[in-house]
Amino acid sequence: MNKILIDLKNISKSFDGQMVLDDLNLYIRENEFLTLLGPSGCGKTTTLRILGGFESPDTGSVIFDGSDITKLPPNKRQLNTVFQKYALFTHMTIAENIAFGLKIKNKSKTYINDKIKYALKLVNLEGFENRMPDSLSGGQQQRIAIARAIVNEPKVLLLDEPLGALDLKLRQDMQYELIRLKNELGITFIYVTHDQEEALTMSDTIVVMNQGYIQQIGTPEKIYNEPENAFVADFIGDSNIISSTMIEDKLVEILGTRFPCVDTGFGCNKPVDVVIRPEDVILSSPAKGKMTGTVTHLIFKGVHYEMEVTAAGYEWLVHSTGMFPVGTEVGIDVDPFNIQIMNKPASEDEEAVGVNE
Amino acid sequence: MNKKKLLGTPYFIWSVVFIIIPLCMVFYYGFTDKSGAFTLENIIAISTPEHVKALYLALGLSLISTLICLVLAYPLAMILCGLNVNQHSFIVLIFILPMWMNFLLRTLAWQTLLEKTGVINNILSFLHLPALTIINTPYAIVLGMVYNFLPFMVLPIYNSLVKIDPNVINAARDLGANGLQVFAKVTLPLTLPGIISGITMVFIPALTTFVISKLLGGSKILLIGNVVEEEFTQAGNWHLGSGLSIVLMLFIIVNMVISSIFDKDGEGSVL
Repeated sequence: MNKILIDLKNISKSFDGQMVLDDLNLYIRENEFLTLLGPSGCGKTTTLRILGGFESPDTGSVIFDGSDITKLPPNKRQLNTVFQKYALFTHMTIAENIAFGLKIKNKSKTYINDKIKYALKLVNLEGFENRMPDSLSGGQQQRIAIARAIVNEPKVLLLDEPLGALDLKLRQDMQYELIRLKNELGITFIYVTHDQEEALTMSDTIVVMNQGYIQQIGTPEKIYNEPENAFVADFIGDSNIISSTMIEDKLVEILGTRFPCVDTGFGCNKPVDVVIRPEDVILSSPAKGKMTGTVTHLIFKGVHYEMEVTAAGYEWLVHSTGMFPVGTEVGIDVDPFNIQIMNKPASEDEEAVGVNE
Repeated sequence: MNKKKLLGTPYFIWSVVFIIIPLCMVFYYGFTDKSGAFTLENIIAISTPEHVKALYLALGLSLISTLICLVLAYPLAMILCGLNVNQHSFIVLIFILPMWMNFLLRTLAWQTLLEKTGVINNILSFLHLPALTIINTPYAIVLGMVYNFLPFMVLPIYNSLVKIDPNVINAARDLGANGLQVFAKVTLPLTLPGIISGITMVFIPALTTFVISKLLGGSKILLIGNVVEEEFTQAGNWHLGSGLSIVLMLFIIVNMVISSIFDKDGEGSVL
């Protein structure tokens, strides 16, 4: 494990009496690709702006490489930001844009020229030195924004929804580009997005946030396969979240039917939430399933069919490569390791309160 | 003729009657003498000492006024930009309020304020301070110009400032620039079109004014605008008046060409 580079301690921030971040604790390791993921207004961008120095937290401190930088202005911080909608200097050429930070640091002309060449090569835009930002496409502008940030050799690159304004195909290409860049540069990336697919594709670590609280921290696999609460399960991909009862260790009663599962330690006859991913629901002939239902909707999605199956009063969302026409009686089964058990939130308030560890 | 063009007809007629025909008449009078023969005399007349003096004075005072307007307007525009909506509309209101009053009326008000026995000197003498002689001096004219034309400087600068994405400023800070560097390298260049528009919109009316100089400068200080006016109204020499107007028009055209080079986004077009 790499050493901890950034440590956010007890960060709180409110705007006009509206709490945006409440006692947030988060550490980021060196060379990590960490994504802050959540719906708009969850506090992810505010967290990034506090890191960049554009907002100061009401309480708490930001520790960077061992020293407290909470009060340090942005121009004194050893990190650079790639902004949403690029924020290029439209009155300067591409070369002048990239050279901006280096000129301020009074680097030599040859050093700056070498760096411009190197950065443009890194983002695959060689020969663009004398173009103006307005003459570039969105994807190209975004790559220039990245080039402008990385020539300063920051220890950390902050990216605020950098792909939000691009179309789908370009966004996917840029995702691979960013992973490649991160590996080549060997610096820490902190990435903000509301797009769960983007987060799953690129991150080493995902931090799911909602209403100013961290909901879950983990690897993409862990976040997807073992969501800790209903919010995370719902936000990351489609899911069936069903109120159920834990009969005993490794046995759960879902909608009146008992399913073996792998979770333990929830107690006996305890109400829980169960998450079952749509692709983990196995449809078969009525006789083979643990419970039976009727297909009510069928949509072809390309890779798979998306079906809705009504069983025991619940609308199950099912992704399957096998097709069952609307009206078919089907049997439903789920493998024990695909049933994810979560504690029910004790109250409405607690629903938002995070699991900070 | 399609429908859109049809809608433009009233303005087209208006501009022919009140802009194009008068302009042609100015050119006709400017390039002819009393007998109607072609001559350049009216144009060359600008080089007589009294006309040169009036032109230089007008250029000088309007340049000074433009500069003062710029120095006053830029910080004001920056402050306006940083305010929230409520404070913002209040300041804009108190700023725009005098503009709704007639231009002539406002200038006359300054005359009353600045007179030898005017309001300002009354207050000064009440405080046992020496009286000021401002009226009928170039200072009064500059004051009048700045007062009347300041809004035309603030608005285009403000417009170009609000157009700057706050993240562009953040990006400059993020890349290591301090406050002064952000201003010099990013804010100022990005607002250059607004500045140029503002300069144009203050400089041209200031250069050609005759009302402000007449009301606040007395009859002794003649600007080129006053000379032109007198040729038309008192001397009755329309030929010379037109000739001098054409010379003034050259200055305006040069200024507009410069501003159109910088102002590609039409910051000035709001007014």
